[in-house]
Amino acid sequence: MLLIHCPYCEDTLPELEFTYAGEAHIARPADPSALSDEEWRDFLFIRTNARGPHYERWRHVGCGRFFNALRDTVSDRFLMTYKAGEARPTLTQEAAE
Amino acid sequence: MTNQKHQFDASPVLVEDLAPAPRMSLRVKPAHRATLGQALGLDLPTRVGARVAAGGTEALCLGPDEWLIVAPEGTDLAAPARAVYADAPHSLVDISDREITLRLTGPAVLDLLAACCPRNVAAMPVGSAARTVFDSATVILWRDGPTDFRMDIWRSFAPHVGSLLSQVRQEIAAGL
Repeated sequence: MLLIHCPYCEDTLPELEFTYAGEAHIARPADPSALSDEEWRDFLFIRTNARGPHYERWRHVGCGRFFNALRDTVSDRFLMTYKAGEARPTLTQEAAE
Repeated sequence: MTNQKHQFDASPVLVEDLAPAPRMSLRVKPAHRATLGQALGLDLPTRVGARVAAGGTEALCLGPDEWLIVAPEGTDLAAPARAVYADAPHSLVDISDREITLRLTGPAVLDLLAACCPRNVAAMPVGSAARTVFDSATVILWRDGPTDFRMDIWRSFAPHVGSLLSQVRQEIAAGL
């Protein structure tokens, strides 16, 4: 079972307490009606589908909070987790290894 | 006339219903936590899983802006909270009837919980509590002693959780 570090509980807990919630850092357009159909489609459906490190959202049932995680989609290893609203961290070499 | 002797071993684990108690869900922004805590007479903890108790009332920090308050019957928390509402906007909701509480005690209680809780319950400090899952049903586990737990279960999940508990108890009693 995967162990995931919750940045709000500051504890590393089993995967079963967490729910995956899609890709992270997708901002809703400020004025949706100004978007073209293609831009709206991209916002709704088009995702990076990364092979390797992937920024994604997770929710923890314990604290009821969404947070962001950087997970390697090849090895399924969590490289880091950070609170929602924080800037997208750059992947450092030691975290990648 | 024959006398039948009953040889009961000490139960390895005991599950009992607790009497209903008033329960409140409190949501307030961290900036207003201290003001509201003062009004309620509780030093609301900030670390997730930490508890405080004052005069029979217990407050558990469930999240950065969420607390669960269990109070003795007749305690009025709404009035002091309403008095500071302008300074500390919050939501205080009575959820007494949402959950039922079981008390789990006995030397094998950790085995019983480990059967369905993915979290390492043995590592929970005594005097802490956590919202976790019990075979996918959300429960709140309070650790009152090394082998003394309370479990709050949403009442619609209670039959499912109860049947699992009784099944695991039988397995433990049978030495499995």
